[in-house]
Amino acid sequence: MNPVLAPLAAIGRSTLALLAAIGSVAIYAAQTLSHLFRPPYYPREFLTALMTIGYFSLPVVGLTALFTGGALALQIYSGGARFNAEAVVPQIVAIGMVRELGPVLVGLMIAARVTSSVAAEIATMKVTEQIDALVTLSTHPMKYLTLPRVMAGLLVVPVLVGVGDVIGIMGGYLVGTERLGFNAATYLTNTVDFLEARDVASSLAKGAAFGFIATLMGCYYGMRSDRGAQGVGAATKSSVVAAAVMILAANYLLTELFF
Amino acid sequence: MIRLEGVHKAFGSNRVLRGVDLEIAKGTSMVIIGGSGTGKSVLLKSVLGLVRHDSGTITLDGQDVTTAERDAFLARFGMLFQGGALFDSLPVWQNVAFRLLRGSLKRPKAEAREIAIEKLRRVGLKPDVADLYPAELSGGMQKRVGLARAIAAEPEIIFFDEPTTGLDPIMSGVINALIREIVTEMGATAMTITHDMTSVRAIADNVAMLHGGVIQWAGPVAQMDASGDPHLDQFIHGRAEGPIEAVR
Repeated sequence: MNPVLAPLAAIGRSTLALLAAIGSVAIYAAQTLSHLFRPPYYPREFLTALMTIGYFSLPVVGLTALFTGGALALQIYSGGARFNAEAVVPQIVAIGMVRELGPVLVGLMIAARVTSSVAAEIATMKVTEQIDALVTLSTHPMKYLTLPRVMAGLLVVPVLVGVGDVIGIMGGYLVGTERLGFNAATYLTNTVDFLEARDVASSLAKGAAFGFIATLMGCYYGMRSDRGAQGVGAATKSSVVAAAVMILAANYLLTELFF
Repeated sequence: MIRLEGVHKAFGSNRVLRGVDLEIAKGTSMVIIGGSGTGKSVLLKSVLGLVRHDSGTITLDGQDVTTAERDAFLARFGMLFQGGALFDSLPVWQNVAFRLLRGSLKRPKAEAREIAIEKLRRVGLKPDVADLYPAELSGGMQKRVGLARAIAAEPEIIFFDEPTTGLDPIMSGVINALIREIVTEMGATAMTITHDMTSVRAIADNVAMLHGGVIQWAGPVAQMDASGDPHLDQFIHGRAEGPIEAVR
């Protein structure tokens, strides 16, 4: 090949591969959602996924939000002092946590904790022929494994985001009142008065989108895993990277949409 | 009857099956033998639809397996996987009763558990194994649980993929005897893949050797030793010299 054209060919190949991957994920997502309208359903698997994704993620979500809210209060106070705007700490912490940091941090934590475990579990099932066994036992793997996890992610991650938002604001409140000398009642009043319903709605909507992406990517890469331990490792790594990138991209798109 | 005609399957440039023709009569036990990587598992999975063959036809009682209604078709089968393929997240009894706890064969939980314990007993496992998880079992016990799961819904056709691989000779003998007994007792059609010639003699009514992507030899197990086929002779006697290359 002409050496001048080689870089262009490489870009073309990468672009085609990226488009093929996007198409493949889109088809997988559509196939998953199509099972919503076609029984049988597996409520027990759904409830287990709700617990695993939701309840057991609470500690990591809470700690992440608490420390981030506290650090945010310190940063805004110190940055605001440059133009005598220290008083806006409650409002900026609230808007920062609810609109951006709450959903994004929870989404990334879910990608780290849930996407990886879902991908590893399903990939291991694939390499040990458990997926084939499901089929021979007249059970559709997408109905039994993918749909319950994706629906649980879609429904429970907004709840986690809501919890993360509240804990993040509380982190800012604690630092604001205990360290920066804000009046407790004023801090809370400023926070509540400043937030709009649209801020909360965008936060929860982002949570739903990120939950869907995180669980879908885990299932998608798990199901496509190659044989062997290396295949399981590669599926796990790819799922987390893809979920994190897609969450950040979706965050930008949803922010454009809401604001 | 299961009939395969001109079945081809390739993975990229690797042509695994190159025109397989085979018939398995109802109620008989067919054992497929052949070297590693000759496509025995692919053949078995093609019948079940786990792998889609590229060309040729596979029929079950005259109906093409690719057009059959999946649930009804699969309900006729039971399968023992090479590694057991037990579900790690479920206790043993729920693995065995998997089919009886969901779908068209669903039974009340207590009844399903009772059947599972009965099937475990059938394969020589005590009831207290029922509440253990697969990771707590030895390889031989996992295989027996897999066997119990394969027969739990009393299927008409049972597939066994390397049922004795990785087991000691005594446990292999136990599994072989169980398979023979279950197949005879249930009147099921069986298709087994194995390298183990002791298993072949214990389980088979008929034997087929897969080599080079085609059925090299097929016939009753009693005629296997006098087949006169050099490939089959080399394989059953485990000789390094012969028409089958040792390095493949």
